[in-house]
Amino acid sequence: MIIAVASGKGGTGKTSVSVSLAKALADSNKKISLLDCDVEEPNAHLLLECREISRSEFNVKIPSLDLSRCTGCGKCAEICEFNCIAIVKKRAVIFPDLCHSCGGCSLVCPEKCIKETDSKTGEILEYNAGIIHLVQGILDIGKAMAPPLIREVKKLAREEIALIDCPPGTSCPMVTAVGGADYVILVTEPTPFGLHDMTLAVETLRKMKMNFYVIINRADSGDDRVEKYCTSENIEVIMRIKESIDAARAYSKGIPLYDALPEFKQYFILNSNKIISRAGEFK
Amino acid sequence: MKIAISINSLDMDDKMDMRFGRAKKFMIYDTETKTNELIDNTQNLNAAQGAGIQSAQNVINTGADAVITGHTGPKAYKLLSESGVKIYHSEEKPVKDVIADFIAGTLKEADSADVEGHWV
Ligand code: SF4
Ligand code: SF4
Repeated sequence: MIIAVASGKGGTGKTSVSVSLAKALADSNKKISLLDCDVEEPNAHLLLECREISRSEFNVKIPSLDLSRCTGCGKCAEICEFNCIAIVKKRAVIFPDLCHSCGGCSLVCPEKCIKETDSKTGEILEYNAGIIHLVQGILDIGKAMAPPLIREVKKLAREEIALIDCPPGTSCPMVTAVGGADYVILVTEPTPFGLHDMTLAVETLRKMKMNFYVIINRADSGDDRVEKYCTSENIEVIMRIKESIDAARAYSKGIPLYDALPEFKQYFILNSNKIISRAGEFK
Repeated sequence: MKIAISINSLDMDDKMDMRFGRAKKFMIYDTETKTNELIDNTQNLNAAQGAGIQSAQNVINTGADAVITGHTGPKAYKLLSESGVKIYHSEEKPVKDVIADFIAGTLKEADSADVEGHWV
């Protein structure tokens, strides 16, 4: 079973909610893989006591060019769907940070002057955190191509339940992270910004034909527009997490909501089991 | 000297197009012969990425010595400058005024990209 935790914007407490759900499930003796796919800023490991069990480099294939043989014929630029190659003054110029590693250009070059070479874009780490299996992708600073790394992290899920902490927003990385999940939990806040970014995420998820629920964090702060929107759009709010001083303090100390207050712990345990049983409806 | 200007139409009184990567057209204006030529750039309108690179390629291959546009992103800037094409950023003005500014030498040469990718 695959559950993705996403949010339309950063700072909604998405990671704290993911980790709390993971801990609640673990405390109910469920085996889970927590997949930290927020690869530009992975921080689930900071909220867990964990032990590193493996670390490896993640490479993608990037074309490298032997200019001495390039005739400037333009075949490579023509096949590249991603506009990574320009032909200027009878020679090819490749912009590797736009490359999607399709391999097309090296295939078509008549002079065989394009070679695919490994280029490191990040790292993948695995940890044990009690019975939680945590996998984390870290994109190297300055690299733009997150989706291949996210796909690789998702492949490493080994437990029965996979919980994906998705990158915020609604662009390719988020779409890659939520893709294939049985359903998505959207974490939002009851503020105008929270609502705005959530509506974008809802549109994206609907286009992808995904099933989703909403969790409202800091539910008693802000206003009621998120609630009204969810009612009018027929979206179920599956959890409402109270605003509290202890929660805010926990955030600042790197403690997940789950451990911030005893009542949060109970609330998460109750609802994580509800969330799991609901997933059955979608299977 | 040949200059490429991002434009909406060949009408000299019409305002230039401030975008570089997603400009529909370029005018290649020859300051010696005072003639102009139209370059179509519409292949880029729907490109998900890399529009600036393809525009830069188009412009470089016309043999233009300079570009006048509103904004350029980092990749277009790199390709143009490495190919020896000078880049000028102008305010949104009618094309004839932009050319006049260029000839009068009042346009400043851009010394870096002024927008992130995707804007262009
Ligand atoms: S590998 Fe594919 S995406 Fe990358 S430059 Fe070559 S053709 Fe473009
Ligand atoms: S296909 Fe090969 S020879 Fe032709 S422009 Fe590209 S790199 Fe140069």
